[in-house]
Amino acid sequence: MMPDIHYAAILPELCLVVFGLGHLMLSFTVREENKGSLAAMAILILAVAGATMIPLWNHPVVTFAGSYAVDNFALFFKWVFLLAAVLAILHSGSYLRQEGMEHGEYYTLLLFAVLGMMVMASARDLMVVYVGLELMSITFYCLVGYLRGRLGSNEAALKYFILGAFSSAFLLYGFSLIYGITGTTSIAGIHTFLAAHPEAMAAPLALAIVMVIVGLGFKVSMVPFHFWSPDVYTGAPTPVTAFLSVGSEAAAFAAILRIFVSGLSGQSELWTGLVTALAVITMTVGNLMAIQQRDVKRMLAYSSVTHAGYILVGVVVGGSVGSATVMFYMLSYAFMNVGAFGVVAALNRTDGREGSNLDHFAGLAKLHPALAAVMLMLMLSLAGIPPTAGFFGKFYIFMGAVKANLIWLAIIGMLNSAVSAYYYLRVAVYMYMREPEGEPQVMVPVSMRWSLAASIIGIFGLGLFPDAVLALARASAAAF
Amino acid sequence: MEYSGLLIFALFAAGFAGLIWLLGVPFGPRVRLGYKEQPVECGKTPFDLPSGRFDVKFYMVAILFVVFDVEMMFLYPWATLFRKLGLFAFAEMMVFLAVLGVGLAYAWRRGALNWD
Repeated sequence: MMPDIHYAAILPELCLVVFGLGHLMLSFTVREENKGSLAAMAILILAVAGATMIPLWNHPVVTFAGSYAVDNFALFFKWVFLLAAVLAILHSGSYLRQEGMEHGEYYTLLLFAVLGMMVMASARDLMVVYVGLELMSITFYCLVGYLRGRLGSNEAALKYFILGAFSSAFLLYGFSLIYGITGTTSIAGIHTFLAAHPEAMAAPLALAIVMVIVGLGFKVSMVPFHFWSPDVYTGAPTPVTAFLSVGSEAAAFAAILRIFVSGLSGQSELWTGLVTALAVITMTVGNLMAIQQRDVKRMLAYSSVTHAGYILVGVVVGGSVGSATVMFYMLSYAFMNVGAFGVVAALNRTDGREGSNLDHFAGLAKLHPALAAVMLMLMLSLAGIPPTAGFFGKFYIFMGAVKANLIWLAIIGMLNSAVSAYYYLRVAVYMYMREPEGEPQVMVPVSMRWSLAASIIGIFGLGLFPDAVLALARASAAAF
Repeated sequence: MEYSGLLIFALFAAGFAGLIWLLGVPFGPRVRLGYKEQPVECGKTPFDLPSGRFDVKFYMVAILFVVFDVEMMFLYPWATLFRKLGLFAFAEMMVFLAVLGVGLAYAWRRGALNWD
């Protein structure tokens, strides 16, 4: 009795499991002075996993009795996860060395977080979504609290764990209600059942949808479920924050697109209103809070709340057009957000205080002109100024909204985007127009330079050739 | 409908228990002595407050126990249906045990099993 498993299609996941466990065992044999090789091994593993996905492109496979899809949509997201992980690992080595915490577990946990995200992106069954989500979340709880000597890190981990467990419970309630109504947990099965019984229990279904939105909205830090994100983003080790802000959000959006835009597309009148309202609140509240922050790490946390609001507009637009804009945005977001947190990591200080206050950026242009220039470009991209990836990400999302006759939503988004320029450019003002105070310790090792260079190349690559990537995203979204 | 008796019984039981409990508030005797104010520790005089710190070793053992307890839970249904499931289930279970084995090796190596 052989179950339905297409091994070639899950090769990237198998690769991460086997090599991830191998990495953990090997890390015991690595001597103290060779700890840098741990990061190199992790990157190699991610690269191998990425390479095994190349032959799968354009060959969609559905395996595990219909619960696991390896289509272009999933592969696109998986590459985004791998990219964000590689960029974050390149920032990690020197940061952890500075903290005296360079251990193998860190990289193993990161690899398993990527595995959880991959499972989420491929899931065509609510239970598989949940398993992937938990694998990702539990590894992130550990990673957020990784700096066990720092009180902020401990507090962040506890907060994230308790609130995360709570939101998972909501998600499961929602899933169980959906199962109760439709009699299946398969997303395709739910779609066919609801198409055949359009009147089926609208009230419980609405309740289930609200609960699923709470559970997944927590992961993308949607207002009003965003309260964890500023504290967790600030307390976590900066490279972990970089990866958490991009990877966890992208994985949750992949699940949202599969469940709502694909599975519940016939019930759109039940959720589009709610998601539209939440999108507007999310971007506005995120912006208003970000303006008040003097800590750059915290400001970037609120800025990711705002970006979640923009991306939700793409979800509201829905269909393959909306999904493609979400995917394009996630890719550009991976480049710019990991880069921005990377610059914050470069300003890390060993005296127990994070060097992420705005004052630490004062006069950076004189102390380290290259780092300041990189930060300036990243800020411009996050603010959405052409010709950067951030501009086209927003442009496509708001164009999609205009084409879907949601002109007012696009206008609110653009107004918010204009407001956000204030706090992004304030960092630039501090870097270029203030005199440096004291002697900030800036350390930009080679691996960090590579990562920042990759971010900058990505931002301008996407900014100069956006059409090619959008076409790719559109082709992937059409398939799912 | 056939279980409605059970529901009524449960309601009565809960109500009666609650009533007795509440009656104790106005009518019960109240003795404020030193021993009665202290937390219960099986008749012994408590030597420390429960709000103090626990050694992290207890958590290590508890977590390892939970992990292997859950493993057992998976092994029982597999063992009872072993002949029917065939070679694939055997291989699958070995993979599962291997993953757990790596975890055990890790815990061992990191000293989670050392009490001192």
